[in-house]
Amino acid sequence: MSAVSHAQAPSGKRFQPGYLALAIGAVVVAALPLLFTTRYSTNLLVLGAAMCIGTLGLVVVLGYAGQISLAQAAFYGIGAYAVALGTTRWEINWWLALLLGLLVAGAAGAILGMATLKLGGHYLAMVTICFQVIFTLIATNWIALTGGPDGISNIKRPPFFVPINTTQRYAWFALAALLLVGGLVWWLRNTVLGRSMRAIRENEIAAEALGVNTPRVKVIAFTISAVIGALGGAIYASGYLYISPDTFNFDHAVAFLAMVLVGGTESVLGAILGASLLTFLPEWLRELKRIYLVIYGCVIILVIVFMPEGLWGYAKLLGRRFARVMALPAAPRAIQVGGRGAPGEEILRVEKLTKRFGGLVAVDEVDLTVRRGEAHALIGPNGSGKTTCINLLSGLYVPTAGRIRFLGQEIGGQRPSRIAVSGMARSFQNLRLFRELSVWENVLVGAHRGGGHEAETRTRALAAIEFVGLSDKAHEICRNLPYGHQKLVELARAIAGEPELLLLDEPGAGLNQTEKQELVRLLKRLNEMGLTILIVEHDMSLVSSVASVATVLNFGKKIAEGTVDEVLRHSAVVEAYLGNREVALGV
Amino acid sequence: MGDGGLSVVGQYLFAGLAIGGVYALVALGIVLIYRATNVVNFAQGEFSMLGAYAMVMLWQGAQLDYFTAMVLALVIMALFGLFFELTVYYPLRNRSFLPVIIATIGASIMMQNGALAIFGPSPEKLRAVIDTAGGTGGINLGGVFFDYQYLVILLVTVMLIGGQYLFFEYTLLGKKMQATSQDKDMASLLGIPVTIMIALTFIYSSLLGGLSGMLVAPIFFVTHKMGATLGLKAFAATICGGFGDPRGAILGGLLLGVVESLGAAYISVIYKDAFSFLVLIIFLLVRPQGMFGEKVSEKA
Repeated sequence: MSAVSHAQAPSGKRFQPGYLALAIGAVVVAALPLLFTTRYSTNLLVLGAAMCIGTLGLVVVLGYAGQISLAQAAFYGIGAYAVALGTTRWEINWWLALLLGLLVAGAAGAILGMATLKLGGHYLAMVTICFQVIFTLIATNWIALTGGPDGISNIKRPPFFVPINTTQRYAWFALAALLLVGGLVWWLRNTVLGRSMRAIRENEIAAEALGVNTPRVKVIAFTISAVIGALGGAIYASGYLYISPDTFNFDHAVAFLAMVLVGGTESVLGAILGASLLTFLPEWLRELKRIYLVIYGCVIILVIVFMPEGLWGYAKLLGRRFARVMALPAAPRAIQVGGRGAPGEEILRVEKLTKRFGGLVAVDEVDLTVRRGEAHALIGPNGSGKTTCINLLSGLYVPTAGRIRFLGQEIGGQRPSRIAVSGMARSFQNLRLFRELSVWENVLVGAHRGGGHEAETRTRALAAIEFVGLSDKAHEICRNLPYGHQKLVELARAIAGEPELLLLDEPGAGLNQTEKQELVRLLKRLNEMGLTILIVEHDMSLVSSVASVATVLNFGKKIAEGTVDEVLRHSAVVEAYLGNREVALGV
Repeated sequence: MGDGGLSVVGQYLFAGLAIGGVYALVALGIVLIYRATNVVNFAQGEFSMLGAYAMVMLWQGAQLDYFTAMVLALVIMALFGLFFELTVYYPLRNRSFLPVIIATIGASIMMQNGALAIFGPSPEKLRAVIDTAGGTGGINLGGVFFDYQYLVILLVTVMLIGGQYLFFEYTLLGKKMQATSQDKDMASLLGIPVTIMIALTFIYSSLLGGLSGMLVAPIFFVTHKMGATLGLKAFAATICGGFGDPRGAILGGLLLGVVESLGAAYISVIYKDAFSFLVLIIFLLVRPQGMFGEKVSEKA
């Protein structure tokens, strides 16, 4: 039944509808200015193109990276003012003025992006609103620079190979710019950067643990979005030849947001659809001019309630009927994990590792050594500090005291992404998948860690998916998969980066017996291939069939260490799990 | 600084506190809804605008007695709060915060422009609560002029805060509402009608907003834009105070009112609106959890 799996994720050799869209787009760009003949309608076309470009900026920051921005009108304004001031007051070349505007907007976007590092959600919405309001205040009141509420007129058009001396020619120019930006934003979606952004949107902690430097990617997303916004503004300014501050106020920032939401946040075509619709809507509703904005607000609410994925969501549903998804090609090679050194050498050395949460000592001076090629179990009763240990090793927690050496480097307290890049991968006790991404995309993000060209990343991802046996599910969206498969996706995602050490936090939890047997088989094979494994698990039969060595924790302290058989017979361990026999019997 | 030094500062301080009281009332509405639903209502400022217009309609339009008009306007606001909850929040209650924020922004656009379409762009003026024929009524104390309307605003703010405290701490309904805001699932397992509690929260927030609008209307003009500024400043106040904490909303509101009043007097009138946001940005950078705030972090 799986021959026709419905999915959107483009894989290596699949037909990519984007290229067709680009080709059609080129035809449309050529044709539109010929169809819009009056000066008024051509102007509207230019406005539409500029708004579409501005909206595409939001596709990057909101659609891909999942960060709300209510400041897009400010960036649009920065671009517009740069071109306006550059070509009238300062009399510099249009392109130079544009470059200046893009630089200023990019810098402002980066600063705004840095604000996202500490904040999220409502706070972020508020910071971007602040920025937007302050921009409007400056544009209106700093008359010496901006000309104040009167605005700036006589803005020049860009010098080009062909003189752009008619509105029709400028419309071609603006639409070509839109096509270019649209193509770039579409291309960005499936690059390492674009996938990292979408991974952050879905699950920031998991993205970081897979080696995505989340602060950097977020700042980049804001910067790109700001630069695109500024480009839209520049196109607008030279199209209308006159600008004033009220075009760049908070209402317009909301309008940009509405456009991207109505169209569909994650899709380039959706954003263009939404921006065009909401730009032309007031013209169609001209008789209703007085209540046009009331309808506008109403449309926003209706779209949010009834079309969570925007107009494009519907288009996509229709498209799925016709889309033929090809199965993944066979992996050119098997996954290559671990084994980049002599077996038996120390790969991880933990000394006196301690973590306190307020008064609670969750991990208390734990020493632990993991050797290359080992399958090492970390066991202990509930609340003994096992998961805290894993979180300390992978960098999610900063140790209170103690040292962690991994592959000869001190990693205690480093960013999770740096630790991941240095060769440590992990899974999570409660699944942390990128739920709205496909299996293939999840595993691709995991494969980024290995670096190299896109082709190599794809090879690793293919090999990892093949290894866990999910090739036929590769294009499914993760949240639609059954739990057992989701667990396998997490495993595939963790090994796709071809790590040296794999940390597994209760990989067997919630699996049935058959699934557990399959998991044991996979883990054993990984271990035989040379991958070092540190596993936290409650199921002792799973532990004893996978691991050879075990460390036992109780109340944050190490109480035993040795081969699994030895440890399980150790009296302190039996006591920790079952309670003190004498006490229990009341002797 | 000019003459009078201290008494002039006192004057600005008093005016700032009064305006801050209005911000605090709006902010309180935001916080209560946030606590009950985890959603920030970006249309809270519009409640104030509607409250003011309801008064204009009933008192000026229908020529009702001032206090009768006020009671009727508050009834209208209560109904509107319920309507807002049913149309904007309820359909989205199981979605993440982003769609809901955007829906409330959409609602605020609708309300603003609805008011513009109905009442037109020319500003309206409302009379003060204590109406003195001709000129502004007030008392002069130690060189500081205490305007009656400002005193009324501060008094109402204090009374509402006190009343609200008693309500939440000492009545069963208040405790039920608190339980709902802390843990909806547990509350509903205990037999508390969560949906009704949330509806009540919206109604009360709408009342608060409406009241703040009526109180501030004699100081500012009543326009379709008045809610937007109020709402943003109140939102800034909630963040400065610490999101989700009613004490924070009140202190944050008062702080912003004072900063704005002093900033406009001694630094720049044109950039008056920017001072609140500047304070906010400083808070966000230095102490993002605000004065009383919850910590902003996610568990691994």
